[in-house]
Amino acid sequence: MKNYIQHLNKAFENRIRLGIMSILMVNDKVEFSSMKEMLDITDGNLASHISALEKLEYIEVQKQFIGKKPNTTYSVTKAGKKAFNEHLDALEKLLKQRD
Amino acid sequence: MADQKEHLQALSDIRSMMERSSRFISLSGLSGVFAGVFALIGAYLAYVKIGSYTENYRSMLQMDIHGRVEVANELIIYLFSVAAGVLIASLLVGTLLTMRNSRKKGLRIWDSTGQRLLINLAIPLGTGGLFCLIMLYHGDIGLVAPATLIFYGLSLINASKYTFNDIRYLGICEIILGLTASLYIGYGLYFWAVGFGILHIIYGAVMYFKYERG
Repeated sequence: MKNYIQHLNKAFENRIRLGIMSILMVNDKVEFSSMKEMLDITDGNLASHISALEKLEYIEVQKQFIGKKPNTTYSVTKAGKKAFNEHLDALEKLLKQRD
Repeated sequence: MADQKEHLQALSDIRSMMERSSRFISLSGLSGVFAGVFALIGAYLAYVKIGSYTENYRSMLQMDIHGRVEVANELIIYLFSVAAGVLIASLLVGTLLTMRNSRKKGLRIWDSTGQRLLINLAIPLGTGGLFCLIMLYHGDIGLVAPATLIFYGLSLINASKYTFNDIRYLGICEIILGLTASLYIGYGLYFWAVGFGILHIIYGAVMYFKYERG
């Protein structure tokens, strides 16, 4: 029996990080505020998970100004997509194995 | 086995985040009902007008060509204004109800999901609208009503990827109705009344009871 558990990515164990990645997989760019709304968490909580994913280079941050308002958007990187897909595959295989 | 539950939970979390973040879910079902009612009122107004037009058909035959063109133009302008009135009223009420709905859900109405929904609805719908205007320009009036239904159906199917999937079935019904209508030219108004009136009311009511009342 293969051990698929080792293919599960520790970075995605946390539900909020899983949520951030899920949202970014289906949206090109997401603003901080809409991300906060969708996940229903506080600014600080979201910021800490985002910086963790950013350090791993799974997501990218784009900062710009719209008029005078700062606007921060996030998008997933190639490495992030690959890692997340591998994580999903591992989850799927783990579930299949038990059938 | 606790592990398995956790993994299943993770997968369902992923799926729901992907759904919620990429679909516009504030679209109000009631706005469909209102649009349907407005469409039926419009169809009735058009029906009465066309009735009086055909009644006077004999006296029209006595007119010279300019007179006939004038009467026909007046009819077309009247029908256009009715259609425009129905469209504007439906959009207005639809926007208001949808805004109320998104406020209730604590979502912003003009987020990226709303924008994507509108763009993907507008591309086939705008194409259909222009195509129908071109048909009118060529004087091919017969297929205008079926074409509006068909293009509207295609627009809804295209938009269904960005909002409730249920709207897909409304789209399929509109296309079937449009194709049927193209076989029975001359009954466009009845098919319009069914497609934009009755189908909207049914769809809106179903959506309202399925998503908003609970």
